[in-house]
Amino acid sequence: MTVIADYIGRTARENVVNALLKARENEEFNAILSYSEERALERADKVDSGEITGRLAGVPFIAKDNFLTLGVTTSAASNFLKDFKAPLQATAIEKLEAEGAICIGKANLDAFAHGGSTENSAFGPTKNAFNQEHVAGGSSGGSAVVVALGIVPFALGSDTGGSIRQPASFNNVVGIKPTYGTVSRYGVVAMASSTDTIGVLASSIEDAELVMDIMSGQDTKDMTTLPDFFAPAQLEGPKKIGVIKEFMDEGVDSEVKAATEQYIEALKQKGHVVEEVSMSLLKYALAIYYIVVPAEISSNLGRYDGVRYGARAEAGTLGELYGLSRDQGFMQENKRRIMIGSYVLSSGFFDAYYLQAQKARTLLVDEFNTLFKTYDALIGPVAPTPAFKLGENTSDPVKMYLADIMTVPASLAGLPAISVPAGKSQNGLPIGVQLIGARKSDALLMALAKEVE
Amino acid sequence: MTQISTKDVQHLAQLSSLQMDENETESLRTELESIVGYIEQLSELDTTGVEPTYQVTDLQNVWRDDAVDNYGISNQKLLALAPATEAQQIKVPKVL
Repeated sequence: MTVIADYIGRTARENVVNALLKARENEEFNAILSYSEERALERADKVDSGEITGRLAGVPFIAKDNFLTLGVTTSAASNFLKDFKAPLQATAIEKLEAEGAICIGKANLDAFAHGGSTENSAFGPTKNAFNQEHVAGGSSGGSAVVVALGIVPFALGSDTGGSIRQPASFNNVVGIKPTYGTVSRYGVVAMASSTDTIGVLASSIEDAELVMDIMSGQDTKDMTTLPDFFAPAQLEGPKKIGVIKEFMDEGVDSEVKAATEQYIEALKQKGHVVEEVSMSLLKYALAIYYIVVPAEISSNLGRYDGVRYGARAEAGTLGELYGLSRDQGFMQENKRRIMIGSYVLSSGFFDAYYLQAQKARTLLVDEFNTLFKTYDALIGPVAPTPAFKLGENTSDPVKMYLADIMTVPASLAGLPAISVPAGKSQNGLPIGVQLIGARKSDALLMALAKEVE
Repeated sequence: MTQISTKDVQHLAQLSSLQMDENETESLRTELESIVGYIEQLSELDTTGVEPTYQVTDLQNVWRDDAVDNYGISNQKLLALAPATEAQQIKVPKVL
């Protein structure tokens, strides 16, 4: 199935104008923060005149607002960068533009991508595409909703601990978090550098695969990118798939469990062998994540000081300028994570928290690697519940973090993981299933999901 | 469970260059206490003799030429981003 093919058949101007119209009709969802109308129309005319060609010629898309893009602000949904106009574009955007794709605007997110509901945006929450009283998920909530509403066939997101997969599952779209190092992060606002990945949210696996094919590849501007390895693939024979037992235990919503079981049944009917597997370290994954990631955040967000770019507070001395600019520019959740990072890295606590977490991470990676000697892929839900209600978890940070419990393990190990639609709850809220693979098995996961799409 | 005092929060705020009022300090104190209470469970895991994992790429020593590359962006464009400049330099208030 492909939606992108329909766009290729029309003029670029028609595609862009229609997408912008549809975006404006759906502003109540608060999924889009800004439009790059002028640049989009200019590029559309160049596609229609034949000056720009490529595999995505004239196909409109929306980027999460933590991708640096020309012709429009890059706010990271924060007050700090609300008027920031980037002097360069992310490598991922450049690669898509080189194939003729047209960015029409920027999607809402949790400020600096810190969150799992898009409620931490400085510009208000994004609403779920299926029920406006529920969250969009996050942090790529806006990206998921614009695809779900059919405004664009694909949108870009970033996934540090589930930020593509979870909103994809909450909005019935496909979400791809690739192997760590597949897509260059140059020009994307850094959150936690050892788990940050760039990926896509799309209407179908085939469309997502095309976008990943274009975006992936080594980049000298991001030294963590892997030598080129990604290429779409076909399945050769039946595969062995492990169902993660700990993800199907009590604590998981019964409808989510039933949808996952149904998906597993469909895989079995295609001839794949499915068995239950157990991972004893999964229960520690969230604790590891909420030590390692805040530590990296506290370091990465040190650059927002009000001196070189972004919002600057009025202050009498330089010290006050730093403190006040950061107080005013960050949301509460940004501050929480910076403070936790400072805590686990401070002298006296470093060994007990940060070093212990990185050692535990080794054990988790080993446990995954052992399983991938026997299994081609692992399966489980994306999140313990369908989209929760707006405001339901905002007063309790730990409760909010627990929504990430099924997505952070793959992030810590740098594994590819994809979220695919697997039905809806009785209330009409989408449910997603997650496939996790060994490093660089991205194409295999997509091929598996395509079989039962 | 680890107790976090107001003084601890003030110290962390200072380490983090975050200036905040009393209300914010108190709400962060209770939130940090509950988050630390959660992550503390890692102490029960035996990691004797285990090496830490800092990165998951398997890449080592990715070198580049020791040559200046401005990535196609001029000094002027970068300076234009600063909230205040003077004589081609970024301007800030006095240090002390």
